[in-house]
Amino acid sequence: MIEIQDLSVIFGEAGQRVVAVDGVSLRVLPGESFGLVGESGSGKSTILRAVAGLIDHWGGSIRIDGHPVGRKRSRDFYRLVQMVFQDPFGSLHPKHTVDRILSEPLIIHGLDDAEARVRAALDQVQLGPSFRFRYPHQLSGGQRQRVAIARALILSPRLILLDEPTSALDVSIQAEILNLLDDIRRDLGVTYLLVSHDLGVVAHMCDRLAVMRQGALVEVASQGDLAAGALREPYSQQLMLASKGYDRAVVNSFTDT
Amino acid sequence: MTTISWRDWLLSDTPDSRWQARLGRFYLGWLTFARNPLGMLGLAILIVLVLCALFAPWIAPHNPISGELGDRLLPPSGEFWLGTDQQGRDIFSRIIYGARTTLFIIGLVAVTAAPIGLLIGTTAGFLGGWVESVLMRLTDAFLAFPKLILALAFAAALGPGLENAVLAIALTAWPPYARIARAETLAVRNSDYLAAARMTGAGPLRLLIGHIMPMCIPSLIVRVSLDMAGIILIAAGLGFLGLGVAPPQPEWGAMVSEGREQILDQWWVCTYPGIAICIVSLGFNLIGDSLRDVLDPRGS
Repeated sequence: MIEIQDLSVIFGEAGQRVVAVDGVSLRVLPGESFGLVGESGSGKSTILRAVAGLIDHWGGSIRIDGHPVGRKRSRDFYRLVQMVFQDPFGSLHPKHTVDRILSEPLIIHGLDDAEARVRAALDQVQLGPSFRFRYPHQLSGGQRQRVAIARALILSPRLILLDEPTSALDVSIQAEILNLLDDIRRDLGVTYLLVSHDLGVVAHMCDRLAVMRQGALVEVASQGDLAAGALREPYSQQLMLASKGYDRAVVNSFTDT
Repeated sequence: MTTISWRDWLLSDTPDSRWQARLGRFYLGWLTFARNPLGMLGLAILIVLVLCALFAPWIAPHNPISGELGDRLLPPSGEFWLGTDQQGRDIFSRIIYGARTTLFIIGLVAVTAAPIGLLIGTTAGFLGGWVESVLMRLTDAFLAFPKLILALAFAAALGPGLENAVLAIALTAWPPYARIARAETLAVRNSDYLAAARMTGAGPLRLLIGHIMPMCIPSLIVRVSLDMAGIILIAAGLGFLGLGVAPPQPEWGAMVSEGREQILDQWWVCTYPGIAICIVSLGFNLIGDSLRDVLDPRGS
């Protein structure tokens, strides 16, 4: 579904250049759920934004569904690829109702029967029709994220990019959203590319994962490897131990390599 | 619908239609506005101004254009409430008719200058690059002149008259709006909701009009209503200098100007129109202040 070859993204002018992504190559298969994990600043979200077309100065090549994509994306690209953002408080326009948020993509792409599609999308994320004409400020964080997921689903994409979809939510809501995303993938057979700093989330959601550090890929592993604790690289193992909670012995054993 | 009150319907958390949602939002804003007594005072002043302008022929007791020369410069009395000017015209009637001129000027300036500023500012902020440089340097060039001087220059070049005065004021009033609109645009340009809108495949025009402008309009409305007082003063200033409304038509600034020769002996000739300018300016300032509480996006 996604083939990334030698992707690199550099921010800043000459003199203070920051290499956010440094020659990353990876493949995501159709129908698969692929996780990108790493600490803050490891470049995982930058990869996602380059795939989404929200960053336009990347190098290397990105192929989606077998077709290479350029810097500028066509309208059809967004029928294929959609994204759910990290912060549901920032990703919904504060002056648009849920109805407008969901119908605008339909209008842009000239799809008919908007009424039924909006209802279906709300249904899919388990929000009733009573939510349809609310403004974002009348919704809780979890409800907002459901609206954001509904917006990503409404164009029936085959690839959904998930940028830390639960990290801005309460712990009690996180599981609900993750289960919802799981159900959607099972029902629709979409492909997920999920970014998270939380190995627990990735273990729950993903078939395969890639560990990233300082813009480079450390290793690619399967869900089975992660469950068995069989990660090869020392950095991945540190990340795995760290995700199990704070433990002085573990922290002391860490090395800054 | 009959069992629940209008209030409940407006404040419903689960509106049934676009219109109910929009009206409910508007009603909430109104409730915030109504909580501020000074804002309500400003609104009352504005309503009185509008009523005066609408019903001028019925309110004004005398002809505002021509008077009896025998009634020249009479002090305020039962017949002439605010006295008469040097041509024997009733000052009260002229002030009432002058409300029309004032409303015409501020209304026209508001509907021309604000959209121009909004368009230039949001375009500059959204597109960036050389477009932004050109548009904002143009804005800076206009800002470099004192407003009244620039308006005077335009009015002098265009010739006296009400429409030209409006045009001159509008040409000098837009730069601050462009500045504000650009600043607001820069604040939302990199927001997630704009990225999300891009991901829906929206074109630049749709992003600009549907997503960016709604975020700029509240602070623009506040600024325009605060500027109204200044616009009235500039209009009055142009009238005072003879570049505003053509003479027999009543205009407050021109009336002050006509009375300045008698300012010591017949003080009422220029005092009352001056008070009218003062009250209306104050009214708009109060409304603007109160609107800021309602519309400031950082507040909610």
